[in-house]
Amino acid sequence: MDAVYFDHNASSPLDARVLEAMMPYLASGNASSRHSFGRKAREAVESARQQVAESLGAHPTQLAFTSGGTEADNLGLLGMGANLKPSQIIVSAVEHPAVLRTAEAMRRQGWQLRKVGVDADGLVRIDDFLAALEAPTGLVSVMMANNETGVVQDIAAMAELARQRKAVFHTDAVQGLGKMAINFAELNRHGVGALSVSAHKIGGPQGAGALVIDKKLDIRAIQFGGGQEKGLRGGSENVAAIVGFGAACSLLKVQQSAQHTYQLREVLEQGITDLGGVVFGANAKRLSSTSFFSFPDVDGETLVVALDRAGFAVASGSACSSDSTDPSPVLLAMGVMPELAQGAVRVSLNHSNTMHEVQDFLQALNHALNKMQQLAAIAA
Amino acid sequence: MSKTPIYLDYSATTPVDKRVAEAMIPYLTEHFGNPASRSHSFGWTADDAVENAREQVAALVNCDSKEIAWTSGATESNNLAIKGAANFYAASKGKHIITVMTEHKAVIDPVRELERQGFEATFLEPEPNGLLDIAKFKAALRPDTVLASVMLVNNEIGVIQDIEAIGNLCRANGTIFHVDAAQATGKVEINLEKLPVDLMSFSAHKTYGPKGIGALYVRRKPRVRLEAQMHGGGHERGFRSGTLPTHQIVGMGEAFRIAKDEMALENARIRRLRDKLLAGLSEIEEVYVNGDLKQRVPHNLNISFNYVEGESLIMAVKDIAVSSGSACTSASLEPSYVLRALGRSDELAHSSIRFSIGRYTTEEDVDYTIDLLKIKIEKLRELSPLWEMFQEGIDISKVEWAAH
Amino acid sequence: MAYSDKVLDHYENPRNVGVLDKNDDHVGTGMVGAPACGDVMKLQIRVNDDGVIEDAKFKTYGCGSAIASSSLVTEWLKGKNLDQAMTIKNSDIAEELALPPVKIHCSVLAEDAIKAAIADLKQKQAIEV
Repeated sequence: MDAVYFDHNASSPLDARVLEAMMPYLASGNASSRHSFGRKAREAVESARQQVAESLGAHPTQLAFTSGGTEADNLGLLGMGANLKPSQIIVSAVEHPAVLRTAEAMRRQGWQLRKVGVDADGLVRIDDFLAALEAPTGLVSVMMANNETGVVQDIAAMAELARQRKAVFHTDAVQGLGKMAINFAELNRHGVGALSVSAHKIGGPQGAGALVIDKKLDIRAIQFGGGQEKGLRGGSENVAAIVGFGAACSLLKVQQSAQHTYQLREVLEQGITDLGGVVFGANAKRLSSTSFFSFPDVDGETLVVALDRAGFAVASGSACSSDSTDPSPVLLAMGVMPELAQGAVRVSLNHSNTMHEVQDFLQALNHALNKMQQLAAIAA
Repeated sequence: MSKTPIYLDYSATTPVDKRVAEAMIPYLTEHFGNPASRSHSFGWTADDAVENAREQVAALVNCDSKEIAWTSGATESNNLAIKGAANFYAASKGKHIITVMTEHKAVIDPVRELERQGFEATFLEPEPNGLLDIAKFKAALRPDTVLASVMLVNNEIGVIQDIEAIGNLCRANGTIFHVDAAQATGKVEINLEKLPVDLMSFSAHKTYGPKGIGALYVRRKPRVRLEAQMHGGGHERGFRSGTLPTHQIVGMGEAFRIAKDEMALENARIRRLRDKLLAGLSEIEEVYVNGDLKQRVPHNLNISFNYVEGESLIMAVKDIAVSSGSACTSASLEPSYVLRALGRSDELAHSSIRFSIGRYTTEEDVDYTIDLLKIKIEKLRELSPLWEMFQEGIDISKVEWAAH
Repeated sequence: MAYSDKVLDHYENPRNVGVLDKNDDHVGTGMVGAPACGDVMKLQIRVNDDGVIEDAKFKTYGCGSAIASSSLVTEWLKGKNLDQAMTIKNSDIAEELALPPVKIHCSVLAEDAIKAAIADLKQKQAIEV
């Protein structure tokens, strides 16, 4: 049987229609060339810009294409930071490394990094956030939805608070896109200045992302040479990937997909709880596609490998950090005990997954847990 | 007859080789995993493909695959190399940088950015043939020269710099040496085991690979350190974070494999076509080749057609896709800064065309191009008051033009 | 760069390319622009004894819009007297050819060329009288 893919938060398979849209542009011209080959590439990039902007409730001129979500986060923070006098930058303790490591690197330019904590459900502690804002703050970055737990933050409320303190607000919306409604114009009214997205989390190709930015904000490029993207990002455009990003955005059916995955996850989490598992962030508003859980006294790595053998691709924490065996920093920030955090497994679904797959998964999970317990009993 | 428009702009970008596209597609469809996923076979398969491609890239330039870091393209490679090395070594070595006026914008702009941050930069002027005088480079080196960046093959005029000689001078001076080789792969032999180069930038889409992927060679012996420019999940040993686009990496690997296997034969064929093009165009009066003809890749021919204005020339030759300078500056009306640096007048710089020949150029394409240029240049010169003056024996450089 | 159909038409089929005898007292010659700026226009007009422009010729070194602008004015000039010719404005040329903002200078140059040719003619005829 084909393996069942439950790791959509790491990377989502390319939609066949996206591939079809991309194919003519795999061999396209340089979008900066003036001849007909170049013009075709330019038109394709601009039409994709429309599509991506539309799915985000943004204006096409507010978009700068990048090589992916990480670069968009880097551009958002470093680019806006470059034109501000270094002061404090506030991020949440559960940010993706693309934000966290960037904020740490800004210390070299004289920025003070303040990480605000989250509560047991993974939500930013507003009291802590307010306390942090007491100090002069230039930048704030809080993610829209967490890649591991799926917990959704109240971005608009935090942006309002940041605005009162004249701080620029950025949000990493890489995991939010396609899974929850995003309207940049609306968020912008609440004070969100910039937002990062990525193509390969929504059935688009790896290698394309975008930063959406309020044009009133002062931002400086971080990659120089050629002046593409209105000077915000030098380098020949990755035409095919950008076209794929546009196509993937135009195919999004956010509400439908969210309802579908919600039904699947309800069954999944009922099963997990029945088997004695603990679901993280269960009391908070979460992306309906994501479930992060752990079984006390069960080693996560072993479980994930057993599930892979049984034909289920799941993750033990976020993909980028899955090289390490340290417990998830996101869970530790939520106050989860390291032993429990160590065993965490993430299932992330999309519209293509079925109830049948979820039921099979629960069976495989039950089987794997039993086997592990038997082995543990023999060893004891 | 050739199918128009004829593509002669291979230095701006190359079409993806069919074999490359075929290699890429499985990684867009069934093998779509994130190579950083360590918990399932989707991730492992993607990771294997990424590492195989790294070997293929390393093989073309004869280095260890561990010395290759993926980036989103040569522009990012250049940014990472220049800003990353300058910042890392500034405290121990100094804040002086040497580069050349004819470098690509992806080198010049990061150096300018460093100047804003307090570095001092020397932009060396090349000789009229586009080549760097090694003695002048040597004279520019200072004890505090932390970094030098010189491209291997120029994107506009195709000339090949003496990287080995420059690199040896850098070594002796304790200066980190970066080379932009975006235009060189598959066109000239690169042997990094022998070349005294610390950092080298590569691009896939100038060598029949996809856009949006490049690589940076970072020497391990002696080890070269960089300050990361893109922060995040710690991919690429911390040099460059961000999810690796597997299909594009696979494409770059396959493109570089093909380049290694086929470059000797291909370059001989391309040289014949280029020489034919040159011979044909040389039959037109008042044409000037820009850049040294000998120390030059066979793919490039950059010619100025005197007494013809550049933009009307581009309009006249719309059945062939060529460039009137580097693609990145085509949107502006400025004459090519590369040709200006060679001492070409504004007029000759304006009226230049870069023909770049590649894998799919045919003899018929070249014949068509020669005929087209002959007809169009004659027509434009018939229209040109400057040509009329030239034929009347008037020295145009001596005419006093009303400023406007 | 997108050119209008009218620019393309004049560029492909320029009207009145050529030379008039610049030593003829009935011929005025105007040369404007500079090679370094990327455009040089040479415009010549010949008037009859009634002061009506009988013929106009041009040569232009420049972009498609510059060629089209000068080609267009040679058509417009024929049959006009000098006072009427002086009323041709660059904005008329730009409008007729639908020139984009970056190409407005081409129409300015064409207007300058008309004025220069007329000035040359008037100077010659003044000397003659």
